[in-house]
Parts: sequence; C-alpha cells; structure tokens
Amino acid sequence: MVGAHRLTKRFGEFTAVDAIDVEVRRGEAFGFLGPNGAGKSSTMRMIGCVSPPTEGSLRILGLDPATDGPAIRARLGVVPQRDTLDEELTVRENILVYGRYFGLSRAQVNAKADELLEFAQLGERAGSVVEPLSGGMKRRLTIARSLVNDPELLLLDEPTTGLDPQARHVLWDRLFRLKRSGVTLVLTTHYMDEAEQLCDRLVVMDGGRIVAEGSPRELIALHSTREVLELRFAADDHAPYAAKLTGLADRVEVLPDRLLLYTDDGDATAAAVHGRGLAPLSVLARRSTLEDVFLHLTGRTLVD
Amino acid sequence: MSAVNAIARALPIPAGAGLARALVERNARAFRHGWVTLVSGVFEPMFYLFSLGVGLGALIGDVDAGGGRMVEYAAYVAPAMMAAAAMNGAVYDSTFNLFFKLKYARLYDSVLATPLGPRDVAVGEITWALLRGLLYSTAFLVVAAAAGMVSSWWAVLALPAASLIGLAFAAVGMSVTTYLRSWQDFDYIQLALMPMFLFSATFYPLSTYDESIRWLVQATPLYHGVAMIRDLMLGDVAWGILAHVAYLAVMGLVGLVFAARRIERLLLR
Repeated sequence: MVGAHRLTKRFGEFTAVDAIDVEVRRGEAFGFLGPNGAGKSSTMRMIGCVSPPTEGSLRILGLDPATDGPAIRARLGVVPQRDTLDEELTVRENILVYGRYFGLSRAQVNAKADELLEFAQLGERAGSVVEPLSGGMKRRLTIARSLVNDPELLLLDEPTTGLDPQARHVLWDRLFRLKRSGVTLVLTTHYMDEAEQLCDRLVVMDGGRIVAEGSPRELIALHSTREVLELRFAADDHAPYAAKLTGLADRVEVLPDRLLLYTDDGDATAAAVHGRGLAPLSVLARRSTLEDVFLHLTGRTLVD
Repeated sequence: MSAVNAIARALPIPAGAGLARALVERNARAFRHGWVTLVSGVFEPMFYLFSLGVGLGALIGDVDAGGGRMVEYAAYVAPAMMAAAAMNGAVYDSTFNLFFKLKYARLYDSVLATPLGPRDVAVGEITWALLRGLLYSTAFLVVAAAAGMVSSWWAVLALPAASLIGLAFAAVGMSVTTYLRSWQDFDYIQLALMPMFLFSATFYPLSTYDESIRWLVQATPLYHGVAMIRDLMLGDVAWGILAHVAYLAVMGLVGLVFAARRIERLLLR
C-alpha cells in the first residue's frame, strides 16, 4: 500500500524526516509512534500527497505521488491532526460537499451521508452547524467525512488527541470495525495504549529517524523486559537506592518519585529487594508496556 | 467556466482534477446560510448611482461622453458604478473571504487532501466570485435601465464585460492575498482601490486631466473597465474597445496562473 525508501523531507536547513524506509501492507493497521516533532506528521503529509518529498522514493497504492497525486488522493481517506471541518456548513453538508470533491454524484453522496452519519452516531445532529459540536463529535464527523469515497487507505494523524476517555473508546471501536472491513489504517499517535490497541505493526520515530520497528509485542520483547517493578521509597532522592539494587534487574531507571526495575519476573525481584533489607513504601509489579519501550528509545527529556 | 478551465489546462500551472465546480457548489451552499451579504452587494452601487447620478447630476447637467457627445450625468456615471462594483465585489471575495478561508477556516487543507489541486482552488474560487458578481451586475443593469440611464442594446454585453473586470481583479486579488500576513495588511489593498475608484475617469472624463498625467490613469485596470462598460452602455462601440478587453483578459489569466502557483507554494509544502 505504501512503500517508502530513504524518504526525506527538509524545510530549509531543518530535516523533518531523515531517510526513512517504511512498508505498509494491505489490510494492516500501521502506526507511527513518536514524541512531538519526531517527523510523524510530515511523513503523513507526504503519504497524503500534499507535501512533495525532498529526497528518496515514495509509492502509494503502486503510484507515484509526484505525477499521480489526484488519482492517489481519490483512493485515500485523510483525518488530519486538527479538525478541518467546514464551519460554514451543517454536519450533513460537510459529508455531502466532501463527497462532491471526489467527483461523486449527488445521489451517491446523499446515500453515503446517511450511512456515515449513522456510523459516526451523528444522525440526530445532521442539520446542526458544526461549531457547537463537542470535540468527540467533531472528530467522529472528520472520520466519517474521510470515508465518503470508500478509501482503501485511511490516514489518521493523532486521531484521539484531546478527547475524553469515552470518546476515545467510541473512536477505537469505529476504527476496529473499519480495519475488519478491510481498510488499511496508517496512524500516528503518542498514546501508547492506542498503539497497543490498534496497531499490528509500528515504527518508533525520533528526530526524523526510525529508531525501532515491529509489532507492539516484538518491540516490548526487544527493547524492554517482560515486567517492570516500580518501587517508591520515603525519600526525596531515589538515586542512592538504585546503587543498592545493582544486579537485581536488567536495568534500573531512576525517576524523581520512583525507581523502575526492568525484569522478567517482577514478584521474584520484589522478594529479592526485600531480601536486601530494603523497605520501599510501595511495590508494584506490572507488565511492560509500549510506553516503557517508547520512553527507553526516545528518552524522558521534553522535546517540543 | 469550461473555457477558463480549458485555458488553464493549456498553461503550465499547478495540477488539478478538473473538479473546480465542486468548490463552487460548496461556496453556493455556504452562501445560502449567509445570504444577507447578498443585499449589501446589490444595493451599494445603486446607492452610489442615485446619490451621485441623480442627486449630484441635477447640479451638473450634461457631460461630454467623448467626441463631443453630451449625455445626462446619471447615464455617464452609471457605467462607472457598475465597473467599480464589479471590481469591489471581486476584490472583496478574493481577499477578505479568501484570507479567512486560508488562515482561519483552513478550508483548503481539507480540500487539497481530496483529488482537487491548487488549480481547482484558484479556478473554483474565482468562478464563484464571477457568478456572484454577475448576480450583482445584472441587478444593477436592470435598475439602471428602468431608470432610463441605458440607451443601447449593446448594454447587454456590459454583463460579460463586468465579469471580465471581476476575473481580472479576483485573480490579482487572490494572488495578493497569499502574501498577506494579518488583517492590518488589508489597508494596503484599500490604499490601491480607493484612488482607482476616484480617479479612473469614473466621475468625470479623462479629458479633465492634463495631457501629462493621462497615461497614468490609462495604465490602471479600472480605467479600462470603466471605459469598456461606458462604451457599451452608451452604445458607442468601436474596435478600440478590444484594447480594454485585452488588457483585462491578460491581467485575469496571468493573475489566475500566479494565484494557483502561490496556493501550491503556500499549502503544498
């Protein structure tokens, strides 16, 4: 569906995407994970054929975006990071007009609008203007709108950023259904739970480069341990305790309020900690998540 | 519109899918929700016509419309109001409205994610400006004719002529808009329009000016628009009118190509 080879995007001196290789297969959900400014959105814009690559090759649906932009875009659905709904139109008109941009007939867009409003649970608001809708409704409408041309490939740039938990779960459910119906999903996110829920495969980007690649499970196996033991001590500085824990875990990470011990067996490690005569205030053994991988790979310093 | 499309396709300008009409349809739908703006566009030139043409005209009497032919002042000034209204409407649509869509509504971000390209955006927006302008100029012509200010059937051609003025100004206005940074910058546009409106042989003949500065007036686009429509409404049609047509047509097409390129550079980075 998408094949990128040494794909690069530069804005003047700044390199937003630095020679990445990506292969997205039909029917899968593929994720770009990374902190803000990692180059996810620039990559998505290139895949969406609205930003020409500076270097490297890019094929989408077997076509070249430089020459077949309109033909490719006709088969894509795009959910941008910021909602770009048409606030001068009603909810229903947003879908109708968007369908017309794809050259669909009035009869086609009318039928499609009914179907999509139901899919997005917006049937009751069909005649309402867009402005007063809640964030979740706007997001659902943006997704509904992007499906008007029955896209083979759906690009979602941070689909659930800024939504409350209920709205996120409704959206995830809709995205699952799309995937089941055979739509290929490419999404960016910085929510680890989202990536674990939705993505079959993903790449972690940092500073315009791909730093890791695989299924969520593979990434955890490769870049973290099976479990993580979180320890809190009654002290402002946890660093001295880390020194006393050497040898108990594959890796110990010191955070301001706790220690993270990367280990394959959290309970056994906890027992070993007690065995060394240490008495943490709280002990939590949990499974390793994509978040541990992510923070390990991209660091904890704020990059904005 | 298909003519505009055909010409656009022949020129080396940014890609499009030939779906500009979809954007026109979008604007028509949005317009239905805000039809009040229609009213001001229809009445503004008429207010000018009656205050200047009829009111001031009573004090002025007849004026020389060129070649020693004397006409009532109202009949003299009406074509100028029609031309100026075509200019103002086109500029308003292609500057204020476009700037809002570009910077705030981010309309084209979603439009360009569909098969539509920058050329479709330029052609679609300008076509819409022309359609709206045509509505205004038709209303104006009907009122002017009813008030006895039109003396020739040539005046019917003033409608496409007004659209040509619209094309020229909308295309250039759109290009200029892509350079604007904030609402303050719109003062520059007013600074260009106001003197054109006042001095382009709109309210008095070109012969009023000293020979040494006539060329300056004749270099401005509104002068050609006013002269063209005045020739048609007064029925004074000669081959010379083609010079006005050519001036405005070139301005419109060059502006259109340039506007599409600018939209491409601005949005498809």
